[in-house]
Amino acid sequence: MLTPEEIDDIRHAIATLPHKQAAAIEALAIVQRHRRWIDDQALRDVGEHLEMSVAALEGVATFYNHLFRRPVGRHVVRLCDSVTCWMLGGDALRSGLRATLGVDLGETTPDDRFTLLTIPCLGCCDRAPALMIDDDLHTDLTPGALAGLLRRYD
Amino acid sequence: METPLTGRIRADGEVVTLAEYRRAGGYEGLRRALGMTPAEVQAEVKASKLRGRGGAGFPTGIKWSFVPMGPDAPRPKYVVCNADEMEPGTFKDRLLMEGDPHQLVEGMIIAAHAIEASVGYVFLRWAYRTAERRLRRAIAEAYEAGLLGRDILGRGVDFDLHVHVSAGRYICGEETALLNALEGKRANPRAKPPYPQVSGLFGKPTVVNNVETFVNLPHILARGAQWFDGLSTLSADGGTKLYGVSGRARRPGLWELPIGSTAREILYERAGGMRDGYRLRGFLPGGASTDFLTEAHLDMPLDFDTPMKHGSRLGTGTMILLDDRTCPVGMNANLQRFFAQESCGWCTPCREGLPWVSRLLDAMERGDGRPGDLEKLAHHAHFLGPGHTFCALAPGAAEPLQSGLRLFREDFERHIAERRCPYGGSA
Ligand SMILES: Cc1cc2nc3c(=O)[nH]c(=O)nc-3n(C[C@H](O)[C@H](O)[C@H](O)COP(=O)(O)O)c2cc1C
Ligand code: SF4
Ligand code: FES
Repeated sequence: MLTPEEIDDIRHAIATLPHKQAAAIEALAIVQRHRRWIDDQALRDVGEHLEMSVAALEGVATFYNHLFRRPVGRHVVRLCDSVTCWMLGGDALRSGLRATLGVDLGETTPDDRFTLLTIPCLGCCDRAPALMIDDDLHTDLTPGALAGLLRRYD
Repeated sequence: METPLTGRIRADGEVVTLAEYRRAGGYEGLRRALGMTPAEVQAEVKASKLRGRGGAGFPTGIKWSFVPMGPDAPRPKYVVCNADEMEPGTFKDRLLMEGDPHQLVEGMIIAAHAIEASVGYVFLRWAYRTAERRLRRAIAEAYEAGLLGRDILGRGVDFDLHVHVSAGRYICGEETALLNALEGKRANPRAKPPYPQVSGLFGKPTVVNNVETFVNLPHILARGAQWFDGLSTLSADGGTKLYGVSGRARRPGLWELPIGSTAREILYERAGGMRDGYRLRGFLPGGASTDFLTEAHLDMPLDFDTPMKHGSRLGTGTMILLDDRTCPVGMNANLQRFFAQESCGWCTPCREGLPWVSRLLDAMERGDGRPGDLEKLAHHAHFLGPGHTFCALAPGAAEPLQSGLRLFREDFERHIAERRCPYGGSA
């Protein structure tokens, strides 16, 4: 079941569009904002709400990088793996993250605190290397700075 | 030197508010535009010779002229801002939106009036959280001040503006894929024709422009086409351009300069030259999907037409440096991994070819390259190139590959002959 808050948020999204199916991406993102990820039941519920087939909605959900069809931790780390960050020490950051968190790319720490992902160019290449944790951008990073940075997210 | 686009942006990183924007002459371009007919606004923009800043350089006034006008035109018409900025190496639209969001709002209202559009969307990449916050705030301020909504400035023009935050994928930046994403669908590109100006968002006439294109409009309308064209004497193109440098420069960054400025000026006078101990070997002039240029091209005007004569493109105007201690094979392996991952999977050369290219380059970087690999890469570069695919993603991927193979051939050959990366890299 979608919660009243979710339904309200989805109604706002639909209001700016000519028909409700056009809100499919937005609706999935809304559900994810409330629940961290989109499980099968939530997908079915959104489908019912928008009068869309599960297959059509699944096609949308799996197309986009930021819609999660698998559980993620409380914080999502997105490490830039594009060209300038690669050139300026992105690989060392990746190793540092692996070592500090004890998980590989695509994995979540056993305490459910962090999920480690990559993301294409974050659009701050003049301050490379960079990563995001949740909504926060962190730039000009070194592996030595990682432990202190991660401590700010529990 | 004039910097109309970035001149108001604050050094302390705070946003320019509506009050500050207005004090600095903001929304005067809109006031003037609303006193003109749509045809007159279009004519002014055409006369300015403004060309699209999203990478392809299509003349903005001409793009708009294909929109059906008058009382019988299909409605609503849409104005869409492409703020997806996912091209690796590109960081210009971020600054414009974070620093001075009202400039974009004003530009979009002017465009809306020019094509008689009543609804607009900013298609914004997910990662730009600060830009999203500031843009939403600017839009709310504009509504409150009567600059958006019904009867704007009492001139009888209506325009509603919304923000759509992308769920993320590079192909969403391709303008017809973007329209599918805005309709809530998978972002596969659409066949053209029909062009979006005739049948775009929800099948209605739609204009899609880049952020940097829109933010030029308030100035063109406030100060005139001739003034705009005169901002640069270095090129047949008019106006200023945001140019950026990333990689091993002393001071990487972003600068607004007359369009047609040279890479030498941008790299050596603005970015302070190469870091100590590094030499320049080449650069991608405008993001990941442009062909490598070299030192020999440092004095060429970086406008829309000149780089094309030398086998490259201005692209987004944000250059990525290749220094003498970075492996050109490793760099291409990184670029092609990106393109392979971001292919939308619609057409075969792109869906099948890019992963193949990516694997070949990764293997070469690890020391597992084989004789014949360079021919295979050249073969793929050809089939990724123009004319074989549905959209420009694959041809864009082919650009750094084909030029890399040509300009840094001995590096590729050494990887295969020595069965290792001479720069100590691994994939
Ligand atoms: C794969 C791909 C990605 C693109 N990404 C962007 C982008 O992020 N921003 C953008 O303005 N244009 C992008 N473009 C170009 C758009 O298709 C379109 O040409 C542009 O938005 C038009 O705006 P303009 O006329 O103002 O330049 C991309 C094109 C392709 C093929
Ligand atoms: S070239 Fe690639 S990204 Fe473009 S439509 Fe074909 S498969 Fe999709
Ligand atoms: S390459 Fe990492 S921010 Fe652009």
